[in-house]
Amino acid sequence: MSELMELYQEVILDHGRRPRNFGPLEGATHHARGYNPLCGDNFTMHIALDGDTISDVRFEGEGCAISTASASLLTERLKGAHVDVVEPLFTAVHELVTGGEPSEDVELDKLEIFVGVGNFPMRVKCATLPWHTLRAALKGDEEATTE
Amino acid sequence: MSTAEVPMAFNAEAVRAQFPILSREVHGKPLVYLDNAASTQKPQVVIDALDDYYSRLNANVHRGVHRLSQEATDAYEAGRKSVARLLGVDDDRQVLFTRGTTEALNLVAFSWGLANLGKGDEIVLSGMEHHSNIVPWQLVAQRTGAVIRVIPIGDDGALVPGAAAEIIGPRTKLLAVTHVSNALGTINPVRELADLAHAQGAVVVVDGAQAAPHASIDVAALGADFYALSGHKVYAPTGIGALYGRAELLEAMPPWQGGGEMIRSVSFEKSTYAPIPAKFEAGTPHIAGAVGLGTAIDWLLDLGVDAVAAHEDALLRYATEQLTALPGLRMIGTAPHKAGVASFVVDGAHPHDIGTFLDMAGVAIRTGHHCAQPVMTRFGIPATARASFAAYNTRADVDALIKALARVIEVFSR
Ligand SMILES: Cc1ncc(COP(=O)(O)O)c(C=O)c1O
Repeated sequence: MSELMELYQEVILDHGRRPRNFGPLEGATHHARGYNPLCGDNFTMHIALDGDTISDVRFEGEGCAISTASASLLTERLKGAHVDVVEPLFTAVHELVTGGEPSEDVELDKLEIFVGVGNFPMRVKCATLPWHTLRAALKGDEEATTE
Repeated sequence: MSTAEVPMAFNAEAVRAQFPILSREVHGKPLVYLDNAASTQKPQVVIDALDDYYSRLNANVHRGVHRLSQEATDAYEAGRKSVARLLGVDDDRQVLFTRGTTEALNLVAFSWGLANLGKGDEIVLSGMEHHSNIVPWQLVAQRTGAVIRVIPIGDDGALVPGAAAEIIGPRTKLLAVTHVSNALGTINPVRELADLAHAQGAVVVVDGAQAAPHASIDVAALGADFYALSGHKVYAPTGIGALYGRAELLEAMPPWQGGGEMIRSVSFEKSTYAPIPAKFEAGTPHIAGAVGLGTAIDWLLDLGVDAVAAHEDALLRYATEQLTALPGLRMIGTAPHKAGVASFVVDGAHPHDIGTFLDMAGVAIRTGHHCAQPVMTRFGIPATARASFAAYNTRADVDALIKALARVIEVFSR
């Protein structure tokens, strides 16, 4: 597979075109906006936290295929998850997209498809912006940037 | 920008051969460089001029009685004369070296602006300014109480006809407008705007960053009181640029930066300043850069700015035709008078993704907001993809762009 097609795998193109969990979230307890001033990617994450469980997570905004797919797959993955999985999962995704070796203790599953980003240093921030935004929301911040 | 026919004499292949970087490969593909509005490549003569400067001439300028200092000073001042020639300026004391357009515009804002603007005075900008012709004025407006007003852009990316005449009025103290838009390619009717501003006694500042490589410029005919340009966009090194300012204005303006070179005498009680241009060139300048800029301008003038402009115009027309024919592609900026820039968006493909696809095909373009966020907001888009042309580009470059874009469209419209 060419580096390009490894980056733009069918699943990424699909989620980029038809993002899941896209739109506002009624009853959300946490929100944050993430913005990458370099390319204009701009997402808002909405989270409904029920105790320590992410009972729902949705997002709005616009960005490139990589960032949109990252946000979409993140919401699929975290819906119903315990908040404690967020940090290890983020660390593993970050390792993966920067060309490192993610810890074996974390099940990346579908998120594995972001491995192709490792060959495109200029695109790392696209993949990580939704994660930074989610983490900012959970921390109670309203803004996240990739700077 | 001339609409003349491409003279037979213009040989883009021969021009191309003078740029060593253009024979390199990117991702195993021949480089197709279409990011010229961001920065142009350098011809061998300019690279040689830098080498020669450091190999034979290097010394500080205007300071030594020794031979090298004299020769370095002569080379530096020759650079100033070349800039003056490019801008149609006779008296080269009116040409100041700066780091580039950004610094030139900041110089006008912080020297002329702080000294001349007051509460309620109006600074008129166009809706298509680069951030470097917006932010300095905001900073100065905050300090002086001046107010910024904006001439809007129409759907084609040209200024709305008649809008300038309504906005420029008795309170207008300054008009700052770009000659050519880097995001849209629009060529503004600078003379017309300048006449409106001058009728109100306002001063006219022109951002020439995108025009200098594509047009023969005559600052007096344009009605520019100040004209800013960047060396790196006219085949010269980064870190050097120039500001033309009318002598009367420059002489009346307070210095901007203080230091060596810009003084006549200094005591702890009081300093007096050197005459222009030295008054505005504090500290050791980018001497090699000025030499490189002079060399690049001489090279461009030898090639013939009108011939280059006609070549680029023909390429832009060809590219526009080809781009418009692609499914789902929409041009952003379709003004009747354009230079050098084709900005576009593609349905279903974000500019950032387009940029990555093109890069893997060896095609370098710019994607993003092009430091002109108000333009993006005006068109309701986050970003565009932008191909921009220089003297060394050919139809083959356009064909490579179109081929790579066709592949993007194929992948993203599935
Ligand atoms: C229209 C315009 N103005 C100003 C600038 C700023 O030039 P520089 O970054 O060389 O100072 C640019 C460069 O992108 C430009 O295109």
